[in-house]
Amino acid sequence: MKPPPFDYHGPVTLGEALDVLAEAGPDGKVLAGGQSLIPLLNMRLAAPAHIVDVNRVPGLDGIEAGQDGVRVGALARHAAVERSPEAAALPLLRQALRLVAHPVIRNRGTVVGSLVHADPSAEMPAVLALLGGSVRLAARGGEREVAAADFFTGPMESALRPGELAVSAFFPALPGRSGTAFHEVSRRHGDYAVAGVAAAVTLDEDLRVTAARVACVSVGPVPVVVDVTTACGPRPAGSAGWEAAAAAVRDRIEPEGDIHATADYRRHLTGVLAVRALRDAAAAAHGEEA
Amino acid sequence: MNETRHRVTLKVNGVVREATVPGRRLLSDCLRHDLGLTGTHVGCEHGVCGACTVLLDGEPVRSCLMFAVTADGHEITTVEGLARGDGEPSPVQRAFSECHALQCGFCTPGFLCAVTAFLRDNPAPSEEEALEAVSGNLCRCTGYQNILKAVHRAAEIQASEIQAAEIQAEEGGA
Ligand SMILES: Cc1cc2nc3c(=O)[nH]c(=O)nc-3n(C[C@H](O)[C@H](O)[C@H](O)COP(=O)(O)OP(=O)(O)OC[C@H]3O[C@@H](n4cnc5c(N)ncnc54)[C@H](O)[C@@H]3O)c2cc1C
Ligand code: FES
Ligand code: FES
Repeated sequence: MKPPPFDYHGPVTLGEALDVLAEAGPDGKVLAGGQSLIPLLNMRLAAPAHIVDVNRVPGLDGIEAGQDGVRVGALARHAAVERSPEAAALPLLRQALRLVAHPVIRNRGTVVGSLVHADPSAEMPAVLALLGGSVRLAARGGEREVAAADFFTGPMESALRPGELAVSAFFPALPGRSGTAFHEVSRRHGDYAVAGVAAAVTLDEDLRVTAARVACVSVGPVPVVVDVTTACGPRPAGSAGWEAAAAAVRDRIEPEGDIHATADYRRHLTGVLAVRALRDAAAAAHGEEA
Repeated sequence: MNETRHRVTLKVNGVVREATVPGRRLLSDCLRHDLGLTGTHVGCEHGVCGACTVLLDGEPVRSCLMFAVTADGHEITTVEGLARGDGEPSPVQRAFSECHALQCGFCTPGFLCAVTAFLRDNPAPSEEEALEAVSGNLCRCTGYQNILKAVHRAAEIQASEIQAAEIQAEEGGA
């Protein structure tokens, strides 16, 4: 189908974009990559009165890496982040982006757009939640930085208020001797995951687990972060019984069933994926040390 | 209802084209209806099938998931622009024809655009890379085996053409 009519705005500065968004209020929607918003418009599941296309606003496509992490601007496309040498400082970004849709979709879709869209099956919200990152929101007259734990408020719901533009997201770096991995199962390659797990493991000098965390997708209204350090550590990573960690994860999640998978199957799958992701993350942490 | 219309200028297949469209005009519809370039096909209009894939400044994108106004000022290549100036089919087009990589042809424009950009960036892909490259495009009748064969055959044709051009340049220079 075709999108319903709307007033189109194509601001060319950040100030102009925030002005237009402030005036549009709850009737305004930001258009970034359009890879989620335009399908919704085409299917007539959304009918905003004003579309604010930010694609011409300069300075929003930055990808900056510092000691403490990687900041990704609102117009940094999935593909640009995937290829960026700056973002390579945080391998989890690339590990997750490979699983987001298809290369052609990733040429337009943005990382920040994925976060604001807040699909509970999407990979990037899980990455932000796992790393304890944040999203910077700008409005006419001020900015605020919202932590991942407060940003995702429900399925397809975020803390973004009418009039606000998410200008960037910050993905914090992990301590030394850390490794990450992302595993998921989807019906077809490139589809949203039936279940998926991102893991981060940190080892000490004797290669024992000192921290282990997972973020699970498609098993709750928002990404579910589970700290499994006590279930894993502080045994040597090589011998760590990931089964206990998987059991802890299975206990914590509250999946729902749908036509793709029953709740029990999702719970089982999440446990299996947690073992794989934790094992690979530990191996990566070990590799970094070697 | 009187919708505001926007003037957009696109460089399509090397030619500057103008259209006056409402904000909600999809790039796919602008190409097909406003500019008469019906080679770009429309299957699902929600990003799943890939039939509408075109090149935006050289990069493959879904034209059904972009507004024509957003593309204002950019360069678009559609399936009509893949053949050479003299009408000779491109290596990817020749490979699809040689390998029987199409039946009804509905999906073909999207595959051709996606594969053209893919082989430009990765001229000698592995089996797995080729599979990933076409995995975002659906074909309901050919089956994917011949399409995959065509991707590799196109890489071959492209490589031999580059080699031939190099030999010619050397001979010309001698
Ligand atoms: C076929 C297909 C398969 C897909 N598969 C996956 C998948 O497996 N995993 C996955 O994670 N995603 C998937 N996606 C979605 C894709 O990753 C989107 O690109 C992403 O979810 C949204 O990013 P966008 O830049 O395209 O946002 P848009 O579509 O432009 O916007 C999405 C929403 O976020 C808001 N928004 C966007 N940017 C901002 C901003 N800077 N400030 C304020 N609000 C903003 C918009 O108003 C809108 O409500 C798929 C999409 C398609 C078409
Ligand atoms: S018509 Fe655009 S992806 Fe199907
Ligand atoms: S050739 Fe018919 S859909 Fe692909």
